[in-house]
Amino acid sequence: MIRSHVLICGGTGCSASGSVTIRETLEKEIANVGLENEVKVVQTGCFGLCELGPIMIVYPEGTFYSRVTVDDVAEVVSEHLVKGRVVRRLVFNETLQEGTTDVKSLSETSFYKKQKRIALRNCGVIDPENIEEYIGVDGYQALGKVLTEMTPDEVIQTIIDSGLRGRGGGGFPTGLKWKFASGNRGNVQKYVACNADEGDPGAFMDRSILEGDPHAVLEAMAIAGYAIGADEGYIYVRAEYPIAIHRLEVAINQAHEYGLLGKDIFGTGFNFDIKLRLGAGAFVCGEETALMTSIEGNRGEPRPRPPFPAVKGLFGQPTILNNVETYANVTQIILNGAEWFQSMGTEKSKGTKVFALGGKIKHTGLVEVPMGTTLREVVEEIGGGIPNGKKFKAAQTGGPSGGCIPAELIDTPIDYDNLIAIGSMMGSGGLIVMDEDTCMVDIARFFLDFTVDESCGKCTPCRVGTKRLLEILDRIIAGKGELKDLDELEELAKYIKSASLCGLGQTAPNPVLSTLNRFRDEYVAHVVDKKCPAGVCKSLLHYEIVPEKCKGCTLCARKCPVNAISGSVKEPHVIDTSKCIKCGVCIGNCKFGAIIKK
Amino acid sequence: MKTLAELSAIRERMKSKVSLREGEYSYRIVVGMATCGIAAGARPVMNALLEEIAAKGLEGKVQVSQTGCIGICQMEPVFEVFSGEEKTTYVKMTPEKAKEVIASHIEGGKPLTQYTIGEM
Repeated sequence: MIRSHVLICGGTGCSASGSVTIRETLEKEIANVGLENEVKVVQTGCFGLCELGPIMIVYPEGTFYSRVTVDDVAEVVSEHLVKGRVVRRLVFNETLQEGTTDVKSLSETSFYKKQKRIALRNCGVIDPENIEEYIGVDGYQALGKVLTEMTPDEVIQTIIDSGLRGRGGGGFPTGLKWKFASGNRGNVQKYVACNADEGDPGAFMDRSILEGDPHAVLEAMAIAGYAIGADEGYIYVRAEYPIAIHRLEVAINQAHEYGLLGKDIFGTGFNFDIKLRLGAGAFVCGEETALMTSIEGNRGEPRPRPPFPAVKGLFGQPTILNNVETYANVTQIILNGAEWFQSMGTEKSKGTKVFALGGKIKHTGLVEVPMGTTLREVVEEIGGGIPNGKKFKAAQTGGPSGGCIPAELIDTPIDYDNLIAIGSMMGSGGLIVMDEDTCMVDIARFFLDFTVDESCGKCTPCRVGTKRLLEILDRIIAGKGELKDLDELEELAKYIKSASLCGLGQTAPNPVLSTLNRFRDEYVAHVVDKKCPAGVCKSLLHYEIVPEKCKGCTLCARKCPVNAISGSVKEPHVIDTSKCIKCGVCIGNCKFGAIIKK
Repeated sequence: MKTLAELSAIRERMKSKVSLREGEYSYRIVVGMATCGIAAGARPVMNALLEEIAAKGLEGKVQVSQTGCIGICQMEPVFEVFSGEEKTTYVKMTPEKAKEVIASHIEGGKPLTQYTIGEM
């Protein structure tokens, strides 16, 4: 008789920090004390609080253990599972309560309180490799409902009415996309494709959904197939996501065994099958036409649109392509109705959005909030704020296609249109938080360096233009910039945006434009004063010893790897800036705070 | 699987298992499982509770968890039934008495006062 479930996160983050060994040890320890018939160990997908991994939750109490190590397992078994005593030192401190052994429910913590989990609803709840657990949380009910109770047009209308927009970045209404591909059902070969080529640096929501709830994506693709009249689906997933690929393979096989994919599903005559295609990790393959070219077996390069995929897509046939997170919303819309979905979010952006919080933030991880939640709520309340008492400077959304939102706009409600209005974009939902120690020119350079690497080279504005942009930025960072470089950046950016073939080039200058727009004074400081206000750009810095503070202890001189520091004992030392390589070792070692960066 | 009925059957079977992780219960039973409790026979009592709950299909209504020593070792096995703010402490339990508590208190809503600490 199972009385307790121990859930262990098996997402990429927690697996990397050892959750697989922890699970094996746990199973062994449980067997040692003879509790294998009372306690069940379940490997789940991501809980979201990756910062605190490996994570373990013990139900029915709901005790949330964080940063568990293999050495802690025996104690959890002998104390908690055998004797019912919570191991307080491992409990996520926000759930601890004074004066009682009870722990607070996770939904009461600041990280989860403001979240609304729809796309992530099963992540961290079910075992993704067990189809029956998915069925136990209403899995495949939506597919049953559309096949037996709804016409394909009704399905499309429901998705249109819900207001669901593409979660991969563009924000195109999903239902309309389906409608465009719905003509001539039954007479034309059509395809349903899923974009799981998540490439933005710092974004990992698609991976977590595939790892934590793969069946939700399969089920939604079958629903889409029924809606447009397609019997074949493709999931294009990065080869760098081995856990996601494995779970998808397991899920597809199980769905076949249970007759939920394949021929004559539920005896309705509807056939649907899904194949996996692994991408080699080119960023451009996240662009829809490049992705389809890659599935066809060719080099992943975009082609001009129109024709749009709904008319001429995969193998020249009508195709719909949606992002993983978009699909993850579909089953819930079918089960709960368009009105339910409509009731969440802002006027033009309905439902929720998953964000991958990263950068200078306390709770790095995955959060899902209703559209219209302000950036402040996400960063300060859910994310726990900036660590080490630093100040919030900006947030970067949309990855290499997006822009930076400065501190004065932190109260902006996040939705598709607001983000575009302030010069950024939703993108796939990466949200990188920056504090006062971040140099905005350096950030723009980082993203541009990425797009230069990832430009496929097919069209000149993107291939050559981004490279020239990067050269100008490199010049500015090296202290060789001039004021006219700033105008040149803007002009070149404008041409790249308007002349590039695909979304990659059309959005590549955005990080430069948005930082130029919001943080022009920093650029000016770099080119006119030859200073980096955040103290990041090495060429614009020099190290100095403040004579009044230096005690002449000689420690820095001994630690300096290039012997750039000289001076006699008990006398103030000096740094020879011509030798100094600005490695920062001296600052880290000085006990008197006598060395400063300028 | 070829029919929706089969899908629903799996769903019903799995639902009670997965619901253990949802945490919305009207009753919570906490069994004293310290050394004193285990020595006095708390484990058979807890197993009886779990079996009875499963047999009667009450998994969605009541949660069973463990706790350490409550401090009344001479009256073990002990379990407490929580319902909102209310707490009923049952003492000197046996598997048979535990089943009676499930029937009367959890199913019927009537605490079995003859087994509670106030009556002993």
